[in-house]
Amino acid sequence: MRDIANRALNIAQVRGATYADIRIVARDTQRIAVKNGRVEALEQDETQGLGVRVIANGAWGFAASSRLEMSEVERVVLQAIAIAKASALTKARDVDLGEPVVSKGAYQTAVKIDPFTVPMADKIALLLQADEEMRRVNGVKVTRGEMVFVRENKTLASTEGSFITQEIVESGCGIVALATDLRSGEVQVRSYPNSVGRHQQTRGYEFIVEQKLVENAPRVAEQAVALLTADPCPSDDAATLILDSSQLALQIHESCGHPIELDRVLGSEAAYAGTSFLTPDKLNNFRYGSEVVNIVADATVPGALGTFGYDDEGVPAQRTDIVKNGLFVGYLTSRETARQLGLGQSNGTMRADGWNRPPIIRMTNINLLPGTWSVDDLIADTDDGLWMETNRSWSIDDKRLNFQFGTEIAWEIKGGKKTRLLKNATYTGITPQFWGACDAVCNEQAWVVWGTPNCGKGQPPQIAHTGHGAAPARFRNVRVGVIK
Amino acid sequence: MLGIERVRELTQQILALSKADETEVLFTGTDAALTRFANSQIHQNVAETNTDIRVRVVCGKKIGVASSNDLSPDALKRTVDTARVIAQLQRENPDFRALPEPQPIPRVEAFVEHTANFSPEQRAQAVSVLCKKAKAQGVVAAGAFATTALEIAVANSRGVFAYHPVTYADLNTVMTAETGTGYASFTHADARAVNVEALADEAIDKALRSRDPGATEAGEYTVLLEEYAVHDILNFLAFVAFSAQAVQEDRSFMKGKFGEKVMSESVTLWDDGCAPDTIALPFDFEGVPRQKVVFVENGIARGVVYDTATAQRDGVASTGHSLPAPNTMGPLALHMFMAPGDTPKRELIRGIERGLWVTRFWYTRVVHPMKVLITGMTRDGTFLIEKGEVTRPVKNLRFTTSYLDALNRVRAISRETKLFINDWGGASRRVPALVVDGFRFTGATQ
Ligand SMILES: [Zn+2]
Repeated sequence: MRDIANRALNIAQVRGATYADIRIVARDTQRIAVKNGRVEALEQDETQGLGVRVIANGAWGFAASSRLEMSEVERVVLQAIAIAKASALTKARDVDLGEPVVSKGAYQTAVKIDPFTVPMADKIALLLQADEEMRRVNGVKVTRGEMVFVRENKTLASTEGSFITQEIVESGCGIVALATDLRSGEVQVRSYPNSVGRHQQTRGYEFIVEQKLVENAPRVAEQAVALLTADPCPSDDAATLILDSSQLALQIHESCGHPIELDRVLGSEAAYAGTSFLTPDKLNNFRYGSEVVNIVADATVPGALGTFGYDDEGVPAQRTDIVKNGLFVGYLTSRETARQLGLGQSNGTMRADGWNRPPIIRMTNINLLPGTWSVDDLIADTDDGLWMETNRSWSIDDKRLNFQFGTEIAWEIKGGKKTRLLKNATYTGITPQFWGACDAVCNEQAWVVWGTPNCGKGQPPQIAHTGHGAAPARFRNVRVGVIK
Repeated sequence: MLGIERVRELTQQILALSKADETEVLFTGTDAALTRFANSQIHQNVAETNTDIRVRVVCGKKIGVASSNDLSPDALKRTVDTARVIAQLQRENPDFRALPEPQPIPRVEAFVEHTANFSPEQRAQAVSVLCKKAKAQGVVAAGAFATTALEIAVANSRGVFAYHPVTYADLNTVMTAETGTGYASFTHADARAVNVEALADEAIDKALRSRDPGATEAGEYTVLLEEYAVHDILNFLAFVAFSAQAVQEDRSFMKGKFGEKVMSESVTLWDDGCAPDTIALPFDFEGVPRQKVVFVENGIARGVVYDTATAQRDGVASTGHSLPAPNTMGPLALHMFMAPGDTPKRELIRGIERGLWVTRFWYTRVVHPMKVLITGMTRDGTFLIEKGEVTRPVKNLRFTTSYLDALNRVRAISRETKLFINDWGGASRRVPALVVDGFRFTGATQ
């Protein structure tokens, strides 16, 4: 690795790059999917390659190849430089990365049980058992279960002298029951621990064991069936709403995580993901939420999905305040964007989806810090409201202001008690108004760092794995029941 | 690009390494480049070379899949071995019969040398034109220009060998004029077909006309949906309704409706991976030739797409719409078409007493699959139509509406169609613009 890296950096400098870095990445992915009592997919994928990022003539170029050979390294570096020179044809100013970053070190995910050493047969057996528990329930039409394990080894070297090796291990799992009623055309779904396939963390197989898939399977299936005949979520323009921690995690992801990406704010994503309502004039000067809303970006939380040692620019993992007592105080930055806004050093959020993509600003773990309420007290304190749980649909505009979420399941809260089951629950709002109407966040006991393994951004498309710590929280005056 | 002979050699080499009962190799070679611009300058500019093999082995009725992008002899052997070890851990799949037998595959020319050789300077040149035009009008340009060359091949131990090289160029731009934005995009197999000036003019004009948008009430509107928006409708129909798996699992409105009217009489939808006016791929990822499948004909539900597994379940033949193994999603329509109408696009607006002009949908998601109930936002050019004319720009609106209902209320269809390729998964769609009544908007951004 060191040979390839040195050769690449050397060629880059000789051929006129003022900055270069190379990442050599190998990623193994194991995936097991079961469905309706069958193993539907067993798959092991490996992908490896190198990506070279250069600045030449004051502009960026990036080239990548799957062939880890010296002759190919040379071709890729020259290609990156040629691309950078083409970029320079339109430049308004030279790229400025600020102070050099010189990091040397190694990082490894702390894993108790290496998931790649656990026999596949054991993993299959666990998923099939959970699947069987779900299928036992009358009225269930489709059952699914999934496990995913990832091991990524990467080396980063730069012309500024950084040399870093990292090994990141992830484990993820989930089960889903789908119930249908053809006569009414009703389709209802329940997922556990989270929807969109799975919950995931940077941990070993111990994470899978802790999720207790088999124990939760009957409840998941029963709820899916019960939802078929549940009453629809009523419409109300000013409801009191409690979100469970997993739905809140996605709410944070979409309405806080994305708009604080400084590349978005500065227009880099204007044509695709969009821009942001959190424009630079609002920094330290804008009420994002109520006093109880405290949000941090923290790449150091042990085991969380957005946790690492160094970002892909070699900047060490950090914790940064984003919203403090409701006030908007921080962005996710890169070296270039931090310099552009005069924010000092990058706070280390540049990550690439593999060897064949350049790093871009990505969420690390965007966490809503725990409050003081116990879940029971919060429900007891709510006279008339709704509890919504587990995301089913999500959509938000390109400035991250106007959102609409649907959840798999909901309950009415009457007189301080969870009562009637409700289906097709939806809520909608405008980001700062919604967070401004947050009047309670539950405490540490109910706080979970959810993993979102499917965040799409960029062109060409990149998928990031991000984490979101949250505990159930209450919001006032929310518009609910948008579906007719 | 390795070329057909080298790819044939490689896939035969892999098949020879396998001791399993049946073996399949999917080869994908990628040479892709993309130039991204924002704030009227290039800020990201990338190229990628990759070759990937995906091996599916069958031991009795047990199936395992492994993939790798390392083509060294050791790695090839390791990948085949991994697939076999995995297969042996599998449970029997009683539904599995056999990998597909060879069938004649139509030859479709889809590779344009010029696109494959398009240089970073040529892309930068095109971006310069966009940026200059933008600056001249006081507008800010953003977007991406991608040129891609792919080689796809499938070989199996029953004698299938299918190889297809394909190229495409895709340029899209969002122009920003203070409070207004405008979008335009263009996709073609030949990069020379991209008319950069026309694209710039379309997006700039729309951005300028979108400035200072006013409020408008949520509610039901007649909408003029440009091709960009109609593209989204087809994507969702392919995914939630037009796959045999969705029907088999009672998730599709097509279930039990074949031969019945499900959409407006003017609506005809089909899939054709061999058509000359799409980004063709004449076979699927199991090496089965892609059939033309009609979903809806003059409003009547006709059929859905199949892969081998779903076809066996229904006792029919695969239509050649499988995804790469191991596939849990079921078959998918990757080359959809919507039949054009007879109204020139510029005349669609006539007769709309009060309605909305929608350039594009954004961040659309399924709320209810059976109803194809979708929520999303409008973006990059939304206007009020009064008495057959665009009168003013409006702020973006959120809609929560059934795309199925929308295609049941089609008032007019444009004569022109436009080609799209999806960012994710590379599906292509050719669609007209539409006028639809009763489109439900559920909220406005303040
Ligand atoms: Zn995201």
